[in-house]
Amino acid sequence: MASAAQSRIKSISYAKYGYMFIAPFFLVYCFFQIWPLIYTFILSFKGNQANNAEWVGFDNYSQILFGTGSSQGAAGVHEEFARALGNTFVLWFGNFIPQILLSLLLAVWFTDAKVKLPGKGFFKIVMYMPNIITAASVAALYVNLFGDSKYYFVNSTLMKLGFIAESDPIQFVAGPTASKVMVMFIQTWLWFGNTMIMLMSGIMGISPSLFEAADIDGANSTQQFFKITLPLLQPIMVYTLVTSMIGGLQMFDLPYLYHNGANFSKQLETVAVYIYYNFNKGTVDQASYGFAGAASIIIFAITAVLGSITFYMNRDKDAIAKKKQRKKAEKQMKAKMKQGGLSI
Amino acid sequence: MSTKSQYGEVKDDYHKKIMAKSIAILVVCIILTLICLVPIYILIVNSTHSSNDLAQNPSRFFFGTHLGDNLKTLMNNLPADASKTAKRVAAQYSSTFSVGKGYLNSLIIAGCSTLLTVFFSAMTAYGLTVYEFKLNSAAYTFIIGVMMIPVQVSSAGFVRFMYSLKLINSFIPLIVPAIAAPAVIFFMVSYMKSSFPLEIVEAARIDGCTEFRTFVTIAIPMMKPAIAVQAIFAFVSNWNNYYTQNMILKNADYSTVPIMVSKVLAFDKNIDNGVNYLCVTLSILPIVVVYFILSKFIIAGVALGGVKE
Repeated sequence: MASAAQSRIKSISYAKYGYMFIAPFFLVYCFFQIWPLIYTFILSFKGNQANNAEWVGFDNYSQILFGTGSSQGAAGVHEEFARALGNTFVLWFGNFIPQILLSLLLAVWFTDAKVKLPGKGFFKIVMYMPNIITAASVAALYVNLFGDSKYYFVNSTLMKLGFIAESDPIQFVAGPTASKVMVMFIQTWLWFGNTMIMLMSGIMGISPSLFEAADIDGANSTQQFFKITLPLLQPIMVYTLVTSMIGGLQMFDLPYLYHNGANFSKQLETVAVYIYYNFNKGTVDQASYGFAGAASIIIFAITAVLGSITFYMNRDKDAIAKKKQRKKAEKQMKAKMKQGGLSI
Repeated sequence: MSTKSQYGEVKDDYHKKIMAKSIAILVVCIILTLICLVPIYILIVNSTHSSNDLAQNPSRFFFGTHLGDNLKTLMNNLPADASKTAKRVAAQYSSTFSVGKGYLNSLIIAGCSTLLTVFFSAMTAYGLTVYEFKLNSAAYTFIIGVMMIPVQVSSAGFVRFMYSLKLINSFIPLIVPAIAAPAVIFFMVSYMKSSFPLEIVEAARIDGCTEFRTFVTIAIPMMKPAIAVQAIFAFVSNWNNYYTQNMILKNADYSTVPIMVSKVLAFDKNIDNGVNYLCVTLSILPIVVVYFILSKFIIAGVALGGVKE
């Protein structure tokens, strides 16, 4: 046990090392993250392309959000951003729902002690595998397998099996609906293993005695799932939901690369693609930084709201625990006061 | 007698139910395994067929004999009597997808970033857990707060800033920012809190060890498990990071593997499907091989992240 004097010496003489150890992180983070973020914020109030240096106030925001503003194409700008936001939401929703249902089902199965499943480890390894493959390669892989003509694997196989006519290949890449469904499928393919393992560790954190007790009371596995697993899994589910939403806002590689030819496909344009396309247009000093910046700040605001929800929920537990402790201490104090007859 | 048989029946029924459920689950798992593996298998199979064979019959399930030819095209190592078209195809692919250069660039970027990430994150975590100072909890709250900010949000300013610093086509904007990895720090702080006894630092101090040396020679070896897990994830995510790399590296000499794949995908003439498949195969090969070697470790790491966060 350190005496008060010892701990005072410790805090006096070693505090500077604490700052030294954390300094590199903060220096690099400010230089490469905070300043670019502030700079993006500044750029969102400046013009686009040739008017890069011009200060335009909220013009970019009003063009993107409401389709009103100085430029003649303002309505088009708004339309494109709204479509990108819509696509982002549709693609996220379309991959999150099947992904969470599949992962939850698999996680429950894999953690069920009664089910005898051989090769559990192997299944986990294979199902997680897509997650580590480069997203750019995944896009290339699926474009090459699901090409739009009879010269590609999936269409050719479907024709041979007689599901579709040779003259009528499915437009997996160019078709507006089919390409969206494909991106949802690929996203699910990429992420269900990861979500499954996260949920599994959550389920394994639930005390087995709860399941045993439910078994003895005669609850079947469906009842156990809805009455025990799901309620106790809620924190980790919320965490998965929020991280997936923030990840969904960032969805870039796959929608950007899932196309034929040189240009990305507009029907898959997400907000991240919109931002990237705008600040990458033309030469580096002539790009549309204003629109890119304004869209980034909008995304930042959405992320901040989502992030603070999780932050609040994580902090809540500690706060509640502390409050309880404080109340308990107060009660004890009061009891002592009564006993000793002390009064303030 | 009747009660006995009744119990037997119940038990058999229960067993049968469990068996049926297990088999159903097994079937679903096998189907999912196939969905995960078949695309990769077809990819590898198709990279061993020539473009002509694939045009005649694109649905091939077994290995062909043209892997060598495809490799020669990709390396631009055709025989002298090859046709003009073949030479044009070979020139196009070899100039865009130069395997060695791509691997090397990706390896430099991913390797250096990983080293910086784990070293400096361990250092920051050490600073936050071992020392008591005024801004300690404020710094930790800040790190948790910024953990979820997506890269896209600051990328417009980042590119413009790097451009003004003349760091376009440089590895510096891809490697140095790796020093600041809030999520890794968060993981390492929670690891240190649970399994790093602070008495050891006191003991080292009494023995006259300097603070930095204590960190390098005592803390780092003790944090090996956490460092290894985070190193793998940092390496994979840096190797796969198409977004930032494509933003910064405009010159073909600095192209990394993901950039090369995306360029091959954008070809609209002189396409050779066999070589296309080979490019994709080569791009995923290193990471898949490493994955299967370290898979158990990686799965455990993912599960750990799930519990911690």
